[in-house]
Amino acid sequence: MNATLTHLERLEAEAIHIMREVVAEAERPVMLYSVGKDSAVMLHLARKAFYPSPPPFPLLHVDTTWKFRAMYELRDRMANESGMELLIYHNPEAQERGINPFDHGALHTDMWKTEGLKQALDKWQFDAAFGGARRDEEKSRAKERIFSFRTASHGWDPKNQRPELWNLYNARKHKGESIRVFPISNWTELDVWQYIHLNNVPIVPLYFADKRPTVERDGMLLMVDDDRFPLKPGEVPVERSIRFRTLGCYPLTGAVESTAATLPQIIQETLLTTTSERQGRAIDKDAGGAGMEVKKQQGYF
Amino acid sequence: MSDPIYVTDQLIADDIDAYLDLHQHKTMLRFITCGSVDDGKSTLIGRLLYDSKMIFEDQLAALETDSKKVGTQGQEIDFALLVDGLAAEREQGITIDVAYRFFNTEKRKFIVADCPGHEQYTRNMVTGASTADLAVILIDARKGVLVQTRRHSYLCHLIGIRNLVLAVNKMDLIDYDQAKYDAIVADYAAFAQSIGIESFTAMPISGFKGDNITTRSANTPWYSGPTLVEHLETVDVLSALDVDKPLRLPVQWVNRPNLDFRGFAGLIASGSVKPGDDVRVLPSGKTSTVTRVVTMAGDLDEALAGQSVTLCFADEIDCSRGDVIAAADNPPQAADQFEATLVWLNDAAMHVGRAYWLKLGTQTVSVSVQQPKYAVNVNSMEHIAVKTLELNAIGVAEITTDKAVVFEPYAENRTLGGFVLIDKLTNATVAAGMINFSLRRAQNVHWQATDLTREDHAALKNQAPKVLWFTGLSGAGKSTIANEVEKRLNMMNRHTFLLDGDNVRHGLNKDLGFTEADRIENIRRVGEVAKLMADAGLIVLTAFISPFRAERDMVRAMLPEGEFVEIHVDTPLAVAEARDVKGLYKKARAGQLKNFTGIDSPYEPPEAPEIRVNTAEMTAAQAADFIIQQLLPLK
Repeated sequence: MNATLTHLERLEAEAIHIMREVVAEAERPVMLYSVGKDSAVMLHLARKAFYPSPPPFPLLHVDTTWKFRAMYELRDRMANESGMELLIYHNPEAQERGINPFDHGALHTDMWKTEGLKQALDKWQFDAAFGGARRDEEKSRAKERIFSFRTASHGWDPKNQRPELWNLYNARKHKGESIRVFPISNWTELDVWQYIHLNNVPIVPLYFADKRPTVERDGMLLMVDDDRFPLKPGEVPVERSIRFRTLGCYPLTGAVESTAATLPQIIQETLLTTTSERQGRAIDKDAGGAGMEVKKQQGYF
Repeated sequence: MSDPIYVTDQLIADDIDAYLDLHQHKTMLRFITCGSVDDGKSTLIGRLLYDSKMIFEDQLAALETDSKKVGTQGQEIDFALLVDGLAAEREQGITIDVAYRFFNTEKRKFIVADCPGHEQYTRNMVTGASTADLAVILIDARKGVLVQTRRHSYLCHLIGIRNLVLAVNKMDLIDYDQAKYDAIVADYAAFAQSIGIESFTAMPISGFKGDNITTRSANTPWYSGPTLVEHLETVDVLSALDVDKPLRLPVQWVNRPNLDFRGFAGLIASGSVKPGDDVRVLPSGKTSTVTRVVTMAGDLDEALAGQSVTLCFADEIDCSRGDVIAAADNPPQAADQFEATLVWLNDAAMHVGRAYWLKLGTQTVSVSVQQPKYAVNVNSMEHIAVKTLELNAIGVAEITTDKAVVFEPYAENRTLGGFVLIDKLTNATVAAGMINFSLRRAQNVHWQATDLTREDHAALKNQAPKVLWFTGLSGAGKSTIANEVEKRLNMMNRHTFLLDGDNVRHGLNKDLGFTEADRIENIRRVGEVAKLMADAGLIVLTAFISPFRAERDMVRAMLPEGEFVEIHVDTPLAVAEARDVKGLYKKARAGQLKNFTGIDSPYEPPEAPEIRVNTAEMTAAQAADFIIQQLLPLK
């Protein structure tokens, strides 16, 4: 064995260490599971961290009912394979009011995801929630701690974060307060892809290019995943060879035209690309340059 | 613009598998950049990201817009805006918090922590430095070695960073003048030696123009050393050096999926481990042999420092979270008193004597910190006498833990020598500490085992020991009520003793005043005495204002569960002040008495006392009767 660990070995060891600390110190941890590639890596790391035991916490999917069908399939399969309990939460108010990404824009994310997440955490009284956010994704995330402390109302105070030294994490909190934990904070998009490649981590097939029905709107390629997609007058879905660099709600997530059908081809495309990963996501564009920082203060992951 | 570090090389397009294989074997270096706003720190990082193609077109477009709007470089790109992530930072053009950035070269992956430079952000710099293998210390070539250069170098040295790069930046603004550069390096070398820095690597650069960042600059033909990136690609990473040390593995979690498997999970802090190795579990000292190094991908033949593993032993020995698995023939020590260097991280200053949580590796214990021996002026490195440590202060103090901690000096092992202190009430991380050494008296003072136990003492008196802790404002009626309660207990044939605040201050605590630190020590001593008396089987009554929740909780923690009975003598300030039996409120209001509870010093009422009596509604005798009723049965 080589005396110096590779960067992926170090990143993996760090993530596993973080997950074990949470399990040792929190009362009711949960893993947020959004079925994307980062969630896939998180789940894989959790299985490694506690092997041969199954990870000693449930998976929580805060669902919007607007995910791609392929995502729901993989979600159910992975929960089954890992032996973990899968909790699914739908914000009842969003459901009742029929909140959807076509008619409600930003409200859709706010109600289903931000509010839904808070409600789910309150409902099951989780005091620590793992998330797959990475510091390379967005500017305010670059400054967030690995153990990110939240008030009883789920707020984040960027100016009052706990100092985090060495690999010592302070998980102490008062009743009602909680901690969001980001074990893959130090990973980049390339690290995630390479880890998936090396470990054969199962991911949603939508990451691989294939012929899919699409329409083009505001410069974004949207996939028509089911018949809930309201076509505009004259709009006809066109078959294009596309794939997704990031997966959210299907009408909010832009696809890229691609022929990359294997992981090395995807990685190749990622390396040769010239736009950042979150560019396809509408959420970052809300509220100007500080969009994500504001959302996080309100309780978004 | 210089050439990018990482020309999107033909290999990616031609043979992605070969490229991935190459990338897969890259190592990782974590480093920090230190310097003030004007030294061009953020610009340098922005440059590294830009040159290594870690900035995408959409980000670049946003950067160009932002640069024109709020940038400090006129119409040119302000790379600093890439790095300053928080809204307040972009508005004020300064770096407040540590930001982590990532880039790759052909040889390595880098994580760079961008740390703020101002003195009020010392804590952030220490935080960023704690995980770094290397530090880049930036100097503005026009200004030379400044106070902040010295401060940053000292902090990096303190936190144990052995690879220091002195980057003399903005060489373009001094016309790449070698003589000026040499003078700066000589100046720095003299300083470095004075604080014990053994070596550093100096280089002339321009983050803005790109000189000697990725390619050798034609502007500095007199410089023959490596470029910044070449140097970053080749220095040793810290964990590689830890592999040759003896095995240390702090146990995080015990894995017990079924009766046939018992594994101990943790991150190897130093050394290596393989099946067949003899290990010792600290602090118990029990030994066993490693049978398996378990991972999901199959058992390992060997695991190294930096890896997260699960170990199985040949014997069923006791081992749980907080224990340390070590090489059997070379274990670390355990001790309960240390000298440590502390960096104070919190707005609230250190309370001498107050109990804090100390977290070191996977061990958490209750500790108290003595008055600092000295603090260090981070600008001049002078030692100064202090009574406490305030935000950003660095000092040396003795720490006493409530049980033995397995440790090594920080200089030998960061994991077993570095710790944080946590406030027990707010849960804030208030300090970072580095153990220098254990104190000899900790090793020589042993707990003498006696044949008669506290249970024997109590049984002879036919009672359950208790500490009835009366707390409340001055003049609330604590002593009067405690006295009434003791008389009633005495009539019930109970063995009691009343420790009264005023009386104790005539003897045991006559050396203490009324500052916050002295009040804490006053209560600590009373707590210890009460505990000894409870050990002797007595029902102890104490009547002290004891204004701080933390100290009352400290005494509660000294005693077995259920033995500490907090009695809040709850009298409104106005009522107590109107009584003013000793005339003290009058003096305090006139300013003749400092630190008087309720006037210019706070009283923190108990949140959930076992008993509460309101003396505005009951007489002392009624209150005493009520308390006795609550205490029954007394056995």
